[in-house]
Amino acid sequence: MNKRILFSLRSPYREQLDVVGFQFGHGRKSLAIVGAMRGNEVQQMYVCSRMVQELKKLEARGLIAGDCEILVVPCVNYYSMNIGKRFWAMDNTDINRMYPGYDQGETTQRIADGVFSEIKGYEYGIQLASFYQQGIFLPHVKMMDTGFTDPEIMKDFGLEFGIIRKPRPYDTTTLNYNWQVWETKAFSVYANATDEIDQHAAEEAVNAILRFMNNRGIVKVKTPPGYITAILNESETKQIRSEHAGIFFSMTEIGRRIERGDILGRITDPFEGELVSEIRSPVSGTVYFAYHSPLINAKTVCFKIIK
Amino acid sequence: MIETVASVGLAVHENLRIQKRRIRNGISNTRLSLVTGTHGDELEGQYLAYMVGSFVDRHIDLLDGVLDIYPALNPMGIDSITRGIPMFDLDMNRVFPGSRDGTMAEAVCAAIVDDISGSDVCIDVHSSNIFLKEIPQIRISVPTAEILVPYAKLMNVDFVWIHDAATVLESTLAHTLNTRGTKTLVVEMGVGMRITKEYCEQLFDGVLNLMKQLGMWNGETSTVREPVISEGREVGFVNSDAAGIFVPCADFGENVKQGDHIGDVLDPLTGTVVEKVAAVCDGMIFTLREYPVVYGGSLLARILQPAGGEPK
Repeated sequence: MNKRILFSLRSPYREQLDVVGFQFGHGRKSLAIVGAMRGNEVQQMYVCSRMVQELKKLEARGLIAGDCEILVVPCVNYYSMNIGKRFWAMDNTDINRMYPGYDQGETTQRIADGVFSEIKGYEYGIQLASFYQQGIFLPHVKMMDTGFTDPEIMKDFGLEFGIIRKPRPYDTTTLNYNWQVWETKAFSVYANATDEIDQHAAEEAVNAILRFMNNRGIVKVKTPPGYITAILNESETKQIRSEHAGIFFSMTEIGRRIERGDILGRITDPFEGELVSEIRSPVSGTVYFAYHSPLINAKTVCFKIIK
Repeated sequence: MIETVASVGLAVHENLRIQKRRIRNGISNTRLSLVTGTHGDELEGQYLAYMVGSFVDRHIDLLDGVLDIYPALNPMGIDSITRGIPMFDLDMNRVFPGSRDGTMAEAVCAAIVDDISGSDVCIDVHSSNIFLKEIPQIRISVPTAEILVPYAKLMNVDFVWIHDAATVLESTLAHTLNTRGTKTLVVEMGVGMRITKEYCEQLFDGVLNLMKQLGMWNGETSTVREPVISEGREVGFVNSDAAGIFVPCADFGENVKQGDHIGDVLDPLTGTVVEKVAAVCDGMIFTLREYPVVYGGSLLARILQPAGGEPK
């Protein structure tokens, strides 16, 4: 293993920001794994730290394929993590909206450029991603449909679902999108939680990444059997919004198979306790996202169902 | 008449309400929409909205048309000094056109677009953020320049910046409205979290002049200034390479020569100048850093070059 600094940035008042990468194996740039780019992506950093542990063991036992180099970047934005902010502490910009970056540009553009110059050129890229809303996901893999990456490759993760997202204009500055523009086959792995550690989901994400690496010939490793991944377009999933606001109670769990008409959640009046809304599923399927906060506004996505 | 454009229930005993005021007089249906408050830390438009609304009220007989004033597209952001919509990761100006069946932010954006669409002209007023100060200017993307520059010239701004189109900007209110045929001008002026009265007064004259040219204002108006148009001219960007405290020594709006000393980045701990900042090109400083603390990459100034300059 070679631990090295990929990018540094001086701060006027803090220790220098050093983005650290862990390099395993030698030769062809095979796989880059990127964890936390936002300050609350603790689970994403944790999954990467677990990958570093696993790769150390595999390297020691000679199980990384010859002519394969793997790079793991557990955390890009620990400056924000250390002060409890999600975005860049100074100007609240999101590093994951700055790719491919610009070395003569603004601070977060320079960070994105510095990191991207190190992580581009790999055959595969995996980002441990988080969602902008408070909620938990069934571990799954997602890719943006740019026409470059074959969606069937998602099956190699052995997660239950592989989801294809049609990029929107604001997606064009994300790492995942730009990786593909620079001809890296890029995937986002969702490991359930964000600002808390979910050991079980982290284990599942680590196994999925190891399974992918094994199936792609990058490492030799035995993992627990995975799923036969169902590949589907994001537009085929059903998004359920709250019709009312108040105190939210989830009545289901992610991963649960539900039938049309099943009650998924309840919303009560925050002052009088009266039931103001029952959230029923309009479709049969599997719950893959559940809102996770006691308070809910109207028109908030509270569940996503894979039909 | 005050109308609610969108309303969404918040968790505890409150609704998010986007409001507008419609001022109508005469027989003409010519409609101007004055829109501001998309970013909660940009307040220059608040004073402009007040000035225009109160002046037209006092001289209502001179109005022949419809003036819609939307002072706060992101009221929770303004209330909490939050640039975006509180508890929502995305910049509101990256969510347009939104979706009626979407999430709270998407549904609100869709309602706003539906409401403004059909205006003869829309003026979308922004300030800079808290870090930079801007001279009063209108920003127009290249594909819409031919249609919009004649209107921008009526607005009494100092500068019209015609910039390249970018995919990410397709999610803005201005792009959405222009795509739907509602001519929309994006104004940038001043600095975040502050009101610069002289700039608001300058824009006020521009708004009345635009209304007059649209045939919906019968009162006297002031002569407006001829803006500098960026067409065929390059903009030079001056970014800090060091971290520290930026202290400028050039003035806002000043014409400088390439290499001129325009400021220093200082280290208060060691008492040293860590970077002497020089102009990257000849031209006029139209953006200058207002917030002193800088990292490598922080934007310090933008300079509009004379015609024929090289990209910097």
